[in-house]
Amino acid sequence: MTVLLPRPVSRRSVLRGVLGGASVGVALPFLDCFLNENGTAIAATGAPLPVRFGTWYWGLGHTPGHAIVPKTQTSAGINFLEECKPLQPLSEHLNYFGGFNMPLDGRSNYTHFTGWVASRSGSAPASNNEIPAPTLDLLIADSIAGNSRFHTLDITACGIARENYSARSTNSRAAAEASPEQLYLRVFGPEFVDPNKADFKPDPRAMVRKSVLSAVSEQSKALNKKLGASDRARLDDYFTSIRQLENQLDLQMQKPMPNQACAIPPAPPHDGPEQNMPQGLEVDTVIANHKIMTQILTMAVACDQTKVFNMVFTDNFSHMRRPGQTYTHHLLTHEETQDKVLGYQPVAFWFNCRTMEGLAHFIQSFANMPEGDGSLLDNTLIFAATETNYARVHSIDGVHVYMAGKAGGRMKTGLHVVGNGDPISRVGLTAMQIMGLPVDKWGTASLQTSKSITEIVA
Amino acid sequence: MRLGLLSLAVLVLTVAGCGKSPPPTAGVEPTIRLLSEPEYRNVIADVFGAEISYGGTFDPLVRTDGLLTVGTRSARITPAGLEQFDRMARAIASQVTDESHREVLIPCVPESASRPDDTCATQFFRRTGRLLFRHPLSAAELAVPVAAAHSAASELGDFYQGLSSALAGMLVSPEFLFSIETTEPDPDHPGRMRLDDYSRAARLSFFLWGTTPDDELLKAAEQGQLHGRGLKKQVDRMLESPKLESGMRAFFNDMLAFEDLSHLEKDSIIYPNFSAVVAEDAREQTLRTIMDQLLVQRGDYRDLFTTRKTFMSGPLGRIYRVPVARPDGGWVPFEFPQGDPRAGIVTQVSFAALYSHPGRSSPTLRGRAIRESLLCQKIPDPPGNVDFSLFNDPNSPHRTARERLTAHRSAPSCAGCHKLMDPIGLALEKIDGAGQLRTTENGAPIDTTGELDGLKFTDAASLGQAIHDNPATPACLVNRVFAYASGHAPQRDEKPLLDFFQKEFASSGYRLPDLLRDVALSDALYAVSPPPLAPARTAAVLSHKDDPT
Repeated sequence: MTVLLPRPVSRRSVLRGVLGGASVGVALPFLDCFLNENGTAIAATGAPLPVRFGTWYWGLGHTPGHAIVPKTQTSAGINFLEECKPLQPLSEHLNYFGGFNMPLDGRSNYTHFTGWVASRSGSAPASNNEIPAPTLDLLIADSIAGNSRFHTLDITACGIARENYSARSTNSRAAAEASPEQLYLRVFGPEFVDPNKADFKPDPRAMVRKSVLSAVSEQSKALNKKLGASDRARLDDYFTSIRQLENQLDLQMQKPMPNQACAIPPAPPHDGPEQNMPQGLEVDTVIANHKIMTQILTMAVACDQTKVFNMVFTDNFSHMRRPGQTYTHHLLTHEETQDKVLGYQPVAFWFNCRTMEGLAHFIQSFANMPEGDGSLLDNTLIFAATETNYARVHSIDGVHVYMAGKAGGRMKTGLHVVGNGDPISRVGLTAMQIMGLPVDKWGTASLQTSKSITEIVA
Repeated sequence: MRLGLLSLAVLVLTVAGCGKSPPPTAGVEPTIRLLSEPEYRNVIADVFGAEISYGGTFDPLVRTDGLLTVGTRSARITPAGLEQFDRMARAIASQVTDESHREVLIPCVPESASRPDDTCATQFFRRTGRLLFRHPLSAAELAVPVAAAHSAASELGDFYQGLSSALAGMLVSPEFLFSIETTEPDPDHPGRMRLDDYSRAARLSFFLWGTTPDDELLKAAEQGQLHGRGLKKQVDRMLESPKLESGMRAFFNDMLAFEDLSHLEKDSIIYPNFSAVVAEDAREQTLRTIMDQLLVQRGDYRDLFTTRKTFMSGPLGRIYRVPVARPDGGWVPFEFPQGDPRAGIVTQVSFAALYSHPGRSSPTLRGRAIRESLLCQKIPDPPGNVDFSLFNDPNSPHRTARERLTAHRSAPSCAGCHKLMDPIGLALEKIDGAGQLRTTENGAPIDTTGELDGLKFTDAASLGQAIHDNPATPACLVNRVFAYASGHAPQRDEKPLLDFFQKEFASSGYRLPDLLRDVALSDALYAVSPPPLAPARTAAVLSHKDDPT
């Protein structure tokens, strides 16, 4: 028998318990459940430092023999080869996971799809669009995001909103923010409450909006009686989303705790002589948007706007391209000739190198952001993964995963973890356990595992 | 000779289909169906006016059995998705109640603009709520927005802000975001259920118009006039309405997967004439061609694949390399001359560019799209273990796509599917990845000959004729129209029904309005089966540490 996780005690449920939900805007007591295991706290306020979780996605894996030197057993030290050299300066902040397999129990390997679905949901899809179980970011968000403005913040640098590798099911997949301007507006627009602003005054319109939403929600509950079971479940998702919206409004009506690390970043260029940031899959555009979106995201996390995030660098088919070239990154992985001297496809490799520069930039951005006695990265776990081991042949066994950050002191880093053919779900299970989820088993069929990777647990 | 036989077949089918009723079906469970993006935008434009602007991003739908609309039957609302709906709702409500719109959109003036006015709010929500919820609001339903408007107006000291807040709430309620189907016993078939009148009105309206029922349709529902003659009267009215065009645009946009044109990219060095404006105009060109052929001319559906008539805009003129009399963005009728390689919608820029890569054409993508979107044939997914570089690389001696793909098909695991796709797509190889004509590829002449299901062709135009003559072509449209109308993929027991519609479609000369009428008047469109009694269980994939198992 399996059970779903209980929802954690949240700031809001505390409020409801104390006040019956009748009013908001009171100072909250610090409860143990708000503290991380090490009890680290923001020095200025004594408030606990939250631990965050995020994913970073890239398409098309690595170039075999030119990314990471394989090992036969787990040990400290990751030997980065040319494709992954940008990660070298960050080696003390991350772990690499290699040699984990993706058993499919006879199911097809749906190219560029099965890999990310299985590694993120612990279940192999039965068709080319099935997402059989929630992805781990949402399971973690359900557990830790209770008092955040955004349940998750999903972003894609490749310009296409549907390229988001976070889903609760086949039919429940949010659009990602694909425009730097829209991302900025959503996070730091008029509804952002600056924690360091002295003259906090609740916006009465937020109170009104919440009141209206509550009335709508109350009225709509009667619908449940008219619906079949599957539609009731869909309506439940709607009510969950309403509660998240109400939570946002609650936060707008409270004075946030001061947060020294939080500073509103500059808005992306727009209007006037400078046009909006271009969107698209031209490689320099992807890199530019990724940089600016990373800057916004990093500050959003530092400002405690979200505890869970998903960043997509390239889509799962990586349609990135260079100006004037007829072949995209994806086409090159399949059709480019291997250079006999180099031993790889040089242009596809070039794209992979740009991708790893993107990952390094992302991790470095978190490392550069001071928080408490350390950095934002120290209080974050970044799960960076792709969907294939070697895109040229669509191999999924040995798919690559990195985990960066100290997760509030809960994760050891600097290790090359060897899977020895174990299911890739071990990595996801361990990530969830590090994030504090009371889960001892994850996945289905041959991807089910109860074996966490203890070597990385602090 | 072939055409002669076909005409005879049509005649036989015409006689056979005359006077018959559609075979009964068991129907599928009633459901709640999320409004698609085109539907949402059509509803807002119809209820509040096309000038209301609100941006917004919709959660992606899953294309199911060929249509996004079928995916709405299972779609869920995510927290981020609802946040978007809320943002759009507030933008819409704010404009509806602002000074430039309130005179038209709010049917009354409050006694004081700084205080609540329940009488005026009631008038507004009674009218607006009926259109948004697709049924008259009950007293209890009406009381909710009126009370919300009252409370908000008191709090904010402004009647219109109060009204705006309550309207925004209405626009994020599930009664608006979902089309909720309710049922009643079917008096003609004791023991069975059917959609009730308001649900019939909604299904009919979203099918034919892609929007909410209008006042007259709702009145017909109120009066129980959506059966027999009353239904026929409404269907005839709807088929004559200008809204039919927006409904059919939404349908063909879905059937042809044209939503991807919104973010279609081409390399600006390789294809300097292509732009986002061209992509949008390409969509518009094809939809105009379809609407003109099927609704204005009431022509044969199959002729869409052979017609040389279309419309042209200035930006498209640069791609087609033809002069356009109105380079100001206006559209002009245009006809490709006899002998021109272009004939039929698959030779237009929309199709050719959409099913290509950013820097080159793709016979495989084009062939797959013709098989799947136009003939309703499923191409299996590619195997995961093929090393393409064995037979296809940029530095290979193969200069043309045909040479590369012929080598590709030498791999047995690829041949099965690629022989279904590539020969069709190769017929379009004289149209490049941006939809422009060319005669050579890498200096080599392009061979566009091939065969589609036994019908030989020599070029793009004769491929269009082969699609025209393929019996799967009209059958596919029937399949898609019924799925779009009913919101579900045709079930096994509905095959006789589809066969019936196909015969009727043939007997009408493949006229779309006649097919729409047949589907709209059929009991099958409104048939529902009872939901299963057993409650659904949510599959759990996590195991709690305290779990004794």
